[in-house]
Amino acid sequence: MPLEKQLISFYTILRKGIARIFTIWPQTLLPSVVTSVLYFAIFGNILGAQIGEVGGVSYLLFVVPGLVMLAVITNAYTDVAMVFFISKFFSRNIDEILVSPTPPSVIVAGFVASGIFRGMFVGVLVLMTSLFFSFPPVAHPFIVLLFLFLSSFVFALGGLINGIYAKSFDGISIVPTFVLTPLVYLGGVFYSIHSLPPLWQTVSLFNPVFYIINGFRYGFFGTSDVSLLTCFLVLFALMLALLGANVYFLKKGLGLKQ
Amino acid sequence: MTETIIPCILGQRMDALRITDLKKRYAGGTDALRGVSLTVPAGELFALLGPNGAGKTTIIGIITGLVTKTGGSVHVFGIDIENEPERARAMIGLCGQEVNFDPWMKPLDILVNQAGYYGIKRSVAIPRAKRILEDMGLSDKSNNIGFRLSGGMKRRLMIARALIHQPKFLILDEPTAGVDVELRRSMWDYLTNLTKEGITILLTTHYLEEAERLASHVAIINKGEIVAKGTMREILALHDENAPRSGYGGGKLEEIFVKLTSDSTSSSQAT
Repeated sequence: MPLEKQLISFYTILRKGIARIFTIWPQTLLPSVVTSVLYFAIFGNILGAQIGEVGGVSYLLFVVPGLVMLAVITNAYTDVAMVFFISKFFSRNIDEILVSPTPPSVIVAGFVASGIFRGMFVGVLVLMTSLFFSFPPVAHPFIVLLFLFLSSFVFALGGLINGIYAKSFDGISIVPTFVLTPLVYLGGVFYSIHSLPPLWQTVSLFNPVFYIINGFRYGFFGTSDVSLLTCFLVLFALMLALLGANVYFLKKGLGLKQ
Repeated sequence: MTETIIPCILGQRMDALRITDLKKRYAGGTDALRGVSLTVPAGELFALLGPNGAGKTTIIGIITGLVTKTGGSVHVFGIDIENEPERARAMIGLCGQEVNFDPWMKPLDILVNQAGYYGIKRSVAIPRAKRILEDMGLSDKSNNIGFRLSGGMKRRLMIARALIHQPKFLILDEPTAGVDVELRRSMWDYLTNLTKEGITILLTTHYLEEAERLASHVAIINKGEIVAKGTMREILALHDENAPRSGYGGGKLEEIFVKLTSDSTSSSQAT
């Protein structure tokens, strides 16, 4: 398929995905904003006043990047996983694309781009919501944008693998509930690694989300629990591994073809 | 599409589809296809007939890339679907057995998106989609939500979607199942016109009178093997006028079909 036609196909998949996000915005955009308002109010204002400062900033400011990243990760992941799963199992309209000349790499790109869009859009919405409480300073805007984009990318790729392999609604909810949420909560959304006992500090280093949240937090405050380069390399390695896996699965038809 | 364009090589008509020794074993060990070979001449309407579970949909799945083959080869207008799947798929339009469009989308959007997957710009796709919806009698429903359409309208929308990228080879897997008589007859006329325009059609159907009326070539498959194939005239010539009639009043093709598929040991190669 010539490049120009591939771009049209990519745009078609992305356009459809974005249209869906805005059509059902009470399901796709609103929940994260409502949840973050509750987090900001409870953890930031009520509990935060008692906790004081963390890493030289108020607790409310400290949790803002983590809460934004929580929204980005869950939205990018569930968007792609759910859309792919429904189009594979219920309406079976994934066949529309599979029978077309659209190459597997473009299918991956289209679905993932839609997940990236939702992840980043919701992330910005949550960040804007924090304006009503306490907006954090942005020391390195490019780092903020880079981590916003790369983390959306990585978790959209993860969601696509989940969507390809899920055989029931349980298969869609198990990973976000029992894997993703614990990783995010234990990845330092609400605390600094330095407040943990040594054993748990070491355990945290095996959690990839820890690096994502810390890299993102670095963009705001210019400081983080681990080096920015380490955070970036972990995220980049995850992205390459998941990208390769997705293209391979779609090309081979694993989980899709009989 | 008013011209009749049938691909030829050195003046000889090309095969739209050439299947050689096609085999499929599903996980679990079921042999769905046991060495199927057949050719569909370009510009013809070819009926692939067989009882439920005979392997018709598996063949279609392999041609369109939805099912992986275990052995054999498939060429679409001379292009190997394994070596150049994207080129082969660009020539195929599929109307599957199950209604499988996004039920929350409007017919116009369904067609325009489908065109997009084939790399057709929206500025080209929108007028084309409107024209096809009009041909299918769906223009007044183009902005209705898909799931609100009647069964017959959904079927027509499926055919419209298969035609949006102007394929040379159209595959229709039981397109008239569950459709009323009037609509079925209008679909027959539409399909006949498509073949006159040079589009090759592979049709599966359980309505044998439909196949008898429309198809110029036929293959009958049973338990993963072709038990008869040839032109319609050659297949009908297999009919034994002296054989006792079933008593159900079916046509000649139905008598032949029942005989061949109820006794899988009999095999007829009319060509």
